[in-house]
Amino acid sequence: MSFETAGYQLAPVLPELVLAVGAMALLMLGAYRGQETTKTVTTLAVLLLIVVGMLEYMLPAGKHVTFGGSFIVDDFARFMKILALIGSAVTLVLSTEFLSDPSRRIFEYAILVLLSTLGMMVLISAGDLISLYLGLELMSLALYVVAASNRDNAKSTEAGLKYFVLGALSSGMLLYGSSLIYGFTGTVAFTGIAAAATISNVGLVFGLVFLLAGLCFKVSAVPFHMWTPDVYEGAPTPVTAFFASAPKVAALAVFTRVTLTAFPGIVSQWQQILVFVSIASMALGSFAAIGQSNIKRLMAYSSIGHMGFALVGLAAGTVEGAQGVLMYIVIYVAMTLGSFAVILAMKRNGQPVEQISDFAGLSRTNPLLAFMFAMLLFSLAGIPPLAGFFAKWYVFVAAIKANLFTLAVVGVLSSVVGAYYYLTIVKTMYFDEPAGQVDTVRVEVKTVLAVAGLFNILFALFAGPVVSVASAAAKSLF
Amino acid sequence: MTTWPILSVTTFLPLVGALIVYLSRGDDEAARRNSRWIALWTTLITFAVSVILVMRFDASSADFQFVEKANWLATGITYHMGVDGISLPLVILTTAIMPFCIIASWKAITNRVREYMMAFLILETLMIGTFSALDLVLFYLFFEGGLIPMFLIIGVWGGPRRVYASFKFFLYTLLGSVLMLLAIMALYWNGGTTDIPTLMHTAVPRSLQTWAWLAFFASFAVKMPMWPVHTWLPDAHVEAPTAGSVVLAAIMLKMGGYGFLRFSLPMFPLASHDFAPLMFTLSAIAIIYTSLVALMQEDMKKLIAYSSVAHMGFVTMGIFAGTMQGVAGGVFQMISHGIVSGALFLCVGIVYDRMHTRDIAAYGGLVNRMPLYALTFMVFTMANVGLPGTSGFVGEFMTLLGTFKVSIPTAFFATFGVILSACYALWLYRKVVFGALVKPSLMSMKDLTFREGLTLFPLIALTILFGIYPKPVLDMSAASVQQLVNNYNTAVTAVKAAALLQ
Repeated sequence: MSFETAGYQLAPVLPELVLAVGAMALLMLGAYRGQETTKTVTTLAVLLLIVVGMLEYMLPAGKHVTFGGSFIVDDFARFMKILALIGSAVTLVLSTEFLSDPSRRIFEYAILVLLSTLGMMVLISAGDLISLYLGLELMSLALYVVAASNRDNAKSTEAGLKYFVLGALSSGMLLYGSSLIYGFTGTVAFTGIAAAATISNVGLVFGLVFLLAGLCFKVSAVPFHMWTPDVYEGAPTPVTAFFASAPKVAALAVFTRVTLTAFPGIVSQWQQILVFVSIASMALGSFAAIGQSNIKRLMAYSSIGHMGFALVGLAAGTVEGAQGVLMYIVIYVAMTLGSFAVILAMKRNGQPVEQISDFAGLSRTNPLLAFMFAMLLFSLAGIPPLAGFFAKWYVFVAAIKANLFTLAVVGVLSSVVGAYYYLTIVKTMYFDEPAGQVDTVRVEVKTVLAVAGLFNILFALFAGPVVSVASAAAKSLF
Repeated sequence: MTTWPILSVTTFLPLVGALIVYLSRGDDEAARRNSRWIALWTTLITFAVSVILVMRFDASSADFQFVEKANWLATGITYHMGVDGISLPLVILTTAIMPFCIIASWKAITNRVREYMMAFLILETLMIGTFSALDLVLFYLFFEGGLIPMFLIIGVWGGPRRVYASFKFFLYTLLGSVLMLLAIMALYWNGGTTDIPTLMHTAVPRSLQTWAWLAFFASFAVKMPMWPVHTWLPDAHVEAPTAGSVVLAAIMLKMGGYGFLRFSLPMFPLASHDFAPLMFTLSAIAIIYTSLVALMQEDMKKLIAYSSVAHMGFVTMGIFAGTMQGVAGGVFQMISHGIVSGALFLCVGIVYDRMHTRDIAAYGGLVNRMPLYALTFMVFTMANVGLPGTSGFVGEFMTLLGTFKVSIPTAFFATFGVILSACYALWLYRKVVFGALVKPSLMSMKDLTFREGLTLFPLIALTILFGIYPKPVLDMSAASVQQLVNNYNTAVTAVKAAALLQ
């Protein structure tokens, strides 16, 4: 019996193979040619991500399972992987300026982003607990290093260290949970766990709780969110943009896949956990952000809140819910990348400014930047007709169908509280007197902002196709 | 009947105008003048197109007309537009008031003129869309989207407390609306669609009716605004620039009344019947209480703002009476109040532009210097009081008549509102216009300019025309109102009969 016929085809993992080999090749290039290659390596890395994305898109349709069930490629995986690849590629583009500084020419940055992306792709396609853990660790280990990439900055190294220590703790919890699940079901495959999972299996439920705790850490959901504000603030801004986009996609994808495919028999068990987690995240994300004065810290709380909203869809545990999660994460990535492009654009005399008060009067010094940011903020607040509204519509419509009324009411009320702090930024930009000129915005930042901003403003026009793709992807999980 | 999507054109023309304003670059005086003219022409053309709607409208039919339908989001959520006799008058009101707003801002707004005009044009699109959307999600999109330009209008071009007022306006309205959003979702799962005409004929279970009614009420009561959630309105009115107050009073408040007519009554007839006493009580309190509050105001805009809340009380009272006269009166009162309150805010704006104060105490004896102004102000004051011969009378009389049939105590207390409105309106008029002209700062006041006359005289004509000949508006809405009232009464009687059988 050959390797191929035993369920170990390599075709479905072709994009991952290309990415892994490409990352190695770029590593060699950098290692032999020195730090001068930073720019070349970064450019090639972006191209590599684009190629991998196209390969992923061109994979034959339908569901492919390989490596004995531990690697699954379905519509859901394709959707999430392409989104994660877009997130990584865009953040690499946004990092060009950061890497152009002579003191920070580190070609390893791009390699680490590539490896982390590889981890995400494995994570998204994970079909058992082993590949889940492998993907998660590959993603996270690269992220820890990237967080500390601004070596001479105390805050950046602190962020990296903090992220590492807490991340290791969460990995421990996840592993402990996985071992319990294995012990009580005798299998690590999601399909096997699904067959063995019953409410009477208390040990399994115990393991599930630990597993979910580990995953909550990765999506920075309350009560495992403590690292987020510090890491977001401490890490260099392009890195923060990266943290806020692609890894969130991967973590949310695996969250969705694990709960819906490995534990469909005990929905009531994890549903109550998710309801609590999402209510707590939405509330904390809204209330804690009010007092922030640093825009990156504010974005950290905002992302905690948004993960809470995304988990509302998951808590429903239905096809509509999964579709809601997919819609939410697409729009969230666009809004987040756009917002971070604005934050990157905010420079005075070559120095980045990060206080909210620095945005004062931006509508007069740079009207277009202010307008785009205002629209992104209204969208983050979920005001129609912007994209953020549709994100909220699809998760809450799923929650209403699943009769989770309390969750839905708390959710929309906290979105009103959240609107307050987004409005204060709009207020600062539009109602206050200018705080001085901002530097000319770099072309790559402009491009990212234009694409994300237009996606966000015009989403209502092309929402239909996005909805049908998300709906097909969601159905592939069931 | 129509070969071109006339309703969508009306809705999105202002948006196109906003784009043109955006493309006209520059920040010098010429660019400002350009953006003013572009905005004016856009609103005028939009009005002209909406007149075609009136001409082609078949008033004998209660169905939705000028219907357009296109795929939008998947399953049951479509781009669906159309108007009937209830929404068409409001569409026309919107397109008719907007040119006045632009003219009123001609000289008053000098900084960031381009952005100002764009905000107003975008707002016009969203307001017309609110009245002509026939899909709940589409409706919500327009309804909530209006918050963004209005927030900026109050916040950027407003008075000293603009930040507070704009935040209060935004958050208050948003809080009400998100609950409605959840109810929309529940209706979506109940009916499998968010198509408004379909949902009007979809049975909604009693318990869902109650909850959905309350959720819609949360949104529309804030928008209307009804006592006790009206407190955002005086702040928003006082701080907004003149044209912003006009749009708020004349059009945006009507979204609440329109919502009650379009959703609450036809979709949740039983809940509407159950909650009618609540609505009567709140309306009566609004009429009496806010009239009394208006009596105590020192700021002209605030006084008119409170009087708006009182007049909207007549609308809610009439609508929930569920009688032909009540509902038709409610529709008429909305149109009439749109004209009259808009004109009153324009009147205040005229003296504010000269004196930069809205303190009633700062004025007095204006009749000596501004006879023409005194005359126009008087017409609108009388219309606000509800003097027979003005449009204000017709609306108040019909709503009271409609309510008398259903609830005599409500009508009894509401009638006090007519007396009280005479008290505060005449008091305001006397303080500002009559008396001796002693204040030195007022000595140099000039009478209405041609531009200001242009904004006020057409409104005088409409106020008096609809006061003595209200037929055009009543005829336009008659068939739709008749159908609404019939459906409502049938639903309520059916349940009462079923209850008797048990």
